[in-house]
Amino acid sequence: MIRLENVGLRYGLTSQPGALSGPLALEDISFTLPAGGFRWLQGPSGAGKSSLMRLLHLELRPNAGKLVVLDHDLGAMRRDDLPALRRQIGMVYQDFRLLPHLTAFDNIALPLRLARVPEEMIADDVAEMLRWVELTSKAHTHPRELSGGEQQRVAIARAVVGRPRLLLADEPTGNLDDTQALRQMRLLGELNRLGTTVVVATHNDSLVERFPGPSLRLEDGRLVSDDE
Amino acid sequence: MTNKRRDDLGLRRLLGQEMLPWLVAAMAFLAALSIGGAMEAQAVSRHWQAGAARSATVLVPNPDLPLARSGDGPETTRFDAVLRVLRPNQSLAQVRPLSSEEIGRLLRPWLGAETDPRNLHLPGVIALRLDNDAVDLGKLNIDVAAVAPGASVEGHNAWIGRLLNLATTLEACALAVLALVTLVAVAVVVAATRSGLAARRETIDIVHGLGASDGYIATRFARRIAASAGFGGLFGTLAALPVLFGLAVLSAPFLDGGGMAVPHRLADVPPLLAAVPALPVVTALLSYLTAQSTVRRWLRSLP
Repeated sequence: MIRLENVGLRYGLTSQPGALSGPLALEDISFTLPAGGFRWLQGPSGAGKSSLMRLLHLELRPNAGKLVVLDHDLGAMRRDDLPALRRQIGMVYQDFRLLPHLTAFDNIALPLRLARVPEEMIADDVAEMLRWVELTSKAHTHPRELSGGEQQRVAIARAVVGRPRLLLADEPTGNLDDTQALRQMRLLGELNRLGTTVVVATHNDSLVERFPGPSLRLEDGRLVSDDE
Repeated sequence: MTNKRRDDLGLRRLLGQEMLPWLVAAMAFLAALSIGGAMEAQAVSRHWQAGAARSATVLVPNPDLPLARSGDGPETTRFDAVLRVLRPNQSLAQVRPLSSEEIGRLLRPWLGAETDPRNLHLPGVIALRLDNDAVDLGKLNIDVAAVAPGASVEGHNAWIGRLLNLATTLEACALAVLALVTLVAVAVVVAATRSGLAARRETIDIVHGLGASDGYIATRFARRIAASAGFGGLFGTLAALPVLFGLAVLSAPFLDGGGMAVPHRLADVPPLLAAVPALPVVTALLSYLTAQSTVRRWLRSLP
């Protein structure tokens, strides 16, 4: 389960306690997403979608309110316990964030290696993911030699290979053609049906119309609608 | 590819281009010389100390002057009387009177070759080798003065004390240089690690987001840095070996009682044998710990 209670986020804290100087990214956000649930996260550019995704991915800590991710209250967690929780979260970044010195195979294998999965199992799981995203022939290719769409498919494969309990996707189909976009959205839907909680951030309204589902809408850092 | 060889953070190429191994090699070279210098100074000072503590000199003014004869016994000189006191003493391993030729040889640098020391009123000299360090030179002095007034026993404590001070100072200087070199090496490793962290900031952000622990990231950095520094340490130590061997050759006569027994193998110089092979290992270990600490401290800035 994910629960946000009056969460606020402001960038660029000054060194003085309590003094906030940076821009306000999120203000008074409250919603609950049950385990296995799905949400579109919509809003115009600059609305705070990426900031909210980073909060859910534990890359940032809120300045105000309470954030519970996968039943863990972030405010009560020790820093050393966060990596294990992060390994249960898959994230597809808008800019892919692949490691340029690793091949497609090794990029996809990385979350499994961080989780200390045995290499024999990694080989099977990664091969399966490569087949699914139709990149088996590019297994040993580095990201710079892949097209934007291929890189995005590798990024999606990396996010889901560890069978995460929570999957966050920030504009996951932005660089894909219609066929691939459809395929990736079906993959996300399939994972959701298998019990993974999924949040997909997009400003592509047509994509939301093709795959209807409950939606959160952000504007100027505030939650203006929650379909649930 | 095994876990140990895998380079998830792309550090092999990054740190391979750094100056780190060569800077560490220079530090290891200086450290090896410092260790060698300190150990040689220590060995020489111990040798001198042991030798000086077990030797003494007896000076007998007017050695040929006869003592007052008692009864019908043969006439005895002051020098013979002192020898008679010294020879039965069990705590003296050797009592050796110096001949006038030996005394002449010793004084030649000051008196010149033309001066015949027999024409001078020189005291008789007796070299003593003591059986152990606990011989009471004060009592011995009283005993010899009793049979030959004016005769005295002189230990070598004063001049050997000055030599020991010199050796101890040299040793302290060498250790200070070693400490300084170690600090500079640590600073070099910290700088290289920070440079690597800055260059791989994005990679670290990504693996951190994927769930890598601080220990995972720090260990990969530390292994790479330690390998690089260990290579530098090995190179610097090997480069220092000929110099250390030369130092051992120079100090050998002082350790062998003035002989010219030169060690032909490094194994003949035990202190160096123990310290030098350890240097690359210590360099790698120190670099590993420094890099671990630097990376872990840096990672604390991430959530």
